[in-house]
Amino acid sequence: MRIIVCVKQVPDTQKVQVDPVTGVLIRNGIDTKMNPYDLYALETALRIKEKTDAEIHVISMGPDAAKAVLVESMAMGADEAWLLSDRRFAGADVLATSFTLAQGIKAIGDVDLILCGKQTTDGDTAQVGPAIGEVLNMPHVSWVRKLIDADDKGLVVQQEMMDSVADVRLNYPCLLTVEKGIFEPGLPSYLKMKEARKKEIHVLNLDKCECKDTKRYGLSGSPTQVEKIFEPVYDLQSVRLEGSTEDNAKALFDKLVELKVAGGK
Amino acid sequence: MKPFKKIDAQDIAVLRTFVPEDRFFVEDQIHPDYSHDEMMIYGKQEPEVVIQIRNAEEASKVMKYASEHNIPVTPRGAGTGLCGGCVPLHGGIVLNTSLMNRILEIDPDTMTITVEPGVLLMEVQEAVKNAGFLYAPDPGEKSATVGGNVMTNAGGMRAVRYGVTRDYVRGIQVVTPTGEILELGGKVAKNSSGYSLLHLMVGSEGTLGLVTRITMKIMPSPKKMTSLLIPFETLSAALKTVPEIMKLPEVATTIEFMEKEVLDDAQEYLGKEFPNRNYPAYLIVSYSGNSQAHIESMLDTACNTAVKCGALDVFLSDTQERQEAIWNARGAFLEAIKNSTTEMDECDVVLNIDKVAEFVDYTRECSDKYNVRIRSFGHAGDGNLHVYVCKDGLDDETWNHVVHEVMDGFYVKAKELNGQVSGEHGIGHAKKKYLEESVGEAQMNLMRSIKRVFDPQGILNPGKIVD
Repeated sequence: MRIIVCVKQVPDTQKVQVDPVTGVLIRNGIDTKMNPYDLYALETALRIKEKTDAEIHVISMGPDAAKAVLVESMAMGADEAWLLSDRRFAGADVLATSFTLAQGIKAIGDVDLILCGKQTTDGDTAQVGPAIGEVLNMPHVSWVRKLIDADDKGLVVQQEMMDSVADVRLNYPCLLTVEKGIFEPGLPSYLKMKEARKKEIHVLNLDKCECKDTKRYGLSGSPTQVEKIFEPVYDLQSVRLEGSTEDNAKALFDKLVELKVAGGK
Repeated sequence: MKPFKKIDAQDIAVLRTFVPEDRFFVEDQIHPDYSHDEMMIYGKQEPEVVIQIRNAEEASKVMKYASEHNIPVTPRGAGTGLCGGCVPLHGGIVLNTSLMNRILEIDPDTMTITVEPGVLLMEVQEAVKNAGFLYAPDPGEKSATVGGNVMTNAGGMRAVRYGVTRDYVRGIQVVTPTGEILELGGKVAKNSSGYSLLHLMVGSEGTLGLVTRITMKIMPSPKKMTSLLIPFETLSAALKTVPEIMKLPEVATTIEFMEKEVLDDAQEYLGKEFPNRNYPAYLIVSYSGNSQAHIESMLDTACNTAVKCGALDVFLSDTQERQEAIWNARGAFLEAIKNSTTEMDECDVVLNIDKVAEFVDYTRECSDKYNVRIRSFGHAGDGNLHVYVCKDGLDDETWNHVVHEVMDGFYVKAKELNGQVSGEHGIGHAKKKYLEESVGEAQMNLMRSIKRVFDPQGILNPGKIVD
């Protein structure tokens, strides 16, 4: 059985910064890490591996530097790592990204289960996972918060939607995107990390993909364009009330009325 | 010593004039929490009056009156102590400092922070962090007041590298039992000017004076911290590794030990799994530094040492999410053990770091001998253990017998190994007997004499540390 986990390298920062002139995410000079949601996907794969004889492959699309998250994945227990890297992949939107990843997954071949994090912390679309399923014409379930059962035929998972929860049985091959907290991700082993650094990472470029049509990849394969990126405005104001309890209570009430949080007369 | 005066209507009428009405409490206005700290096993006692003070002058007025009328006064911060230090054993007045909660100054030129005693540890850490610096002491109970930290000389997890609260206190303002306001120390970085009254006050558990302002050292904050979670086959193997890690050229920030059983309690309590949870025992070793390359060289050396000492693996915690997964669990141990049983008693002995393994083995023998559940975790890097004896299903009579036998045994063993009664929680009234047995008559007499010099009537926090 073969599980493929999609991972992405993202900026290691709580606050994404945007260049005010170009409107592009500032990535230079910021440390990177594995997308936190992908850790849950990888951990899910490792737990399924405990119950089956699965081999785990991780795949990432990105520049050479993205090998760091692949090495980390192997230090956490993944068996093989694949990097989709080609200048012609650059500038991809959700459609082109999912198409490219699907090509990579086909190149690996014989996949039974694809696992993705629910979303990334930089792009935040939560669309790439399901879109890979569509490209591969594979059943897929998003927002999986619990793995109820897994065997070598298929899985039973719990999907959390806005207003309902569904238990779903899927047969392989299929794709899941998993929620934060499905399992607590294990930590990378420092010992395995040393071995992983010596291990080969399989690099795939466009020439190794089944579809050679360059119009399907990168900027030219991306019908959506980002017109503008801007930082959300945070407006946190503090007011300190000093006085007797009664005065403070009245002042607080007046302030809440003024802010229209509480009703007036 | 003269018996303390019971507070009467006339005392109340005078004491009321010292603070506004909404900071003065009597009888059923007094919240029941004022009768105990976190360890109710050591007994409860209600105060007669509770006064929330805002400044040294108010405290001084109360102390003067109490001194003139021989009324006992017990200082109290957040009440998170673990040996009954803030319990008003003789009734009287509780002076609560928790409204003295202003951060007065962060001074980057002298690298100090000055606060009122009721500011919480977490607020100090946050404020200093926001100013781009580090307040290095890191006691586990973040909702304790800084006043409480100073008065117990609280330690915490970063003591291995940075030391304890005492090492950071530069100056304090205290109100003496007779109501004088003293300024001890200041912002100066060193001080050889006579006996250090400042350091007598630090760790005095509110028996010599009431602290009303504190100036503490802050330092540049290292840019990065990474932890290693190192599993072992046995706790003994883990603890024997600690001296080897301590010998390495780079000093670890933290070296903690824990066992699977305590982790299971923490998982249950937090409702959250611990990463890589299926090993019998662990060390957590942290390193801080300013560059990834520097930290990686430290990690590499520590990793090799651990493996040579029998570590089963070495896991890396290098992102905020991973650090939280480990440290939130570690931070919940005390509450988790408390939650897992009906009643418990604790022991906070400190040992030479090469004796910790022997002591833990002894706690296991006790557990078997008395058929009682005993849990331990602690600061492997500074030899400070926290050992908990859990009542679980034992009946009261058996429990009372067992817990005393076990505790007595712990302190005898600690003394035999040249350890000390308390690493960081203090003596309060709960550990007095053990302190006497440990340090002996000559030292106890000196301590009693010191107490009498500061507090001739014995009205300030009576019944704590010394009688």
